[in-house]
Amino acid sequence: MSIMKDSREATMIGHRSDGTTIRRPLSPHLQVYDMLQMSSALSISHRITGVVWAIGLVFLVWWLVAAAAGPSAFAAAQWFFSSFLGVILLLGLTAAAWYHTLAGVRHLAWDAGWGFDIPTMYRTGRAVLIGTAALTVLTWIVLLVAFS
Amino acid sequence: MANEIAERTTLRSPLGRVRGLGSSKSGVHHWWLMRVTSVALLPLSIWLIFSLAGLAGAGHAEALAFIGRPFNAVLLLAFLAAAFHHTAYGVQVIIEDYANSEWAKMAGILVVKGLAVLLWLAASLAVLRIVLMHPPASAL
Repeated sequence: MSIMKDSREATMIGHRSDGTTIRRPLSPHLQVYDMLQMSSALSISHRITGVVWAIGLVFLVWWLVAAAAGPSAFAAAQWFFSSFLGVILLLGLTAAAWYHTLAGVRHLAWDAGWGFDIPTMYRTGRAVLIGTAALTVLTWIVLLVAFS
Repeated sequence: MANEIAERTTLRSPLGRVRGLGSSKSGVHHWWLMRVTSVALLPLSIWLIFSLAGLAGAGHAEALAFIGRPFNAVLLLAFLAAAFHHTAYGVQVIIEDYANSEWAKMAGILVVKGLAVLLWLAASLAVLRIVLMHPPASAL
């Protein structure tokens, strides 16, 4: 066991790989990892897209409540979703939703014990990214066909 | 021989070992519910995303007709239940990971659960209202 040379060692002090001291975070977070890999990047993206979808759920609730409320409330909601801001929001939301779903399937496969070795993990990671792009495009094709 | 006995002893009570709930007192409940809701949400969210995409630019009547059909209403209600459960548990994990003090963590978890319940009720009530008050001309 090493002898502590500095009293700061006693508190939650950590070090980056280049030696700079940082206050150690409670949970592995972006402050500590200074390299973006398929594993860590897709993992934190799964969490971020989950939060994005949680916010999107609020918009779904608004749309449903507006539909039940009446024509004027519904028209206001549809106006927002067809506006520039609304379209950007829906674009981001569909991409996040598909990513979170596909990455979730990857997680379920891990729960079943499959796919832990590095080459497979990279392959499934790439499949998730490609699938997300493809399904987002497909969704928007359906949307544009329905809109016209 | 003393070592063998020491290796076999456990500080858990027999009842505790039978229940298998562990120090979290809820055992694997949280983890299992996340998996169950995930599996349920897989077909439900695929259905929802494509259904909503197909409803783009729809008028009020068309939207009501869609939601009012029992088939869609049932799937919508199932989606809402699974989604809000899944979201509440998922955001709870995030808060547990990043909250800096015990009270902040507790407050965050309670706020998230409360919001999830309220939003779930609001959305489910809206769907039920539409189904009950705007029955489609031809059922299903």
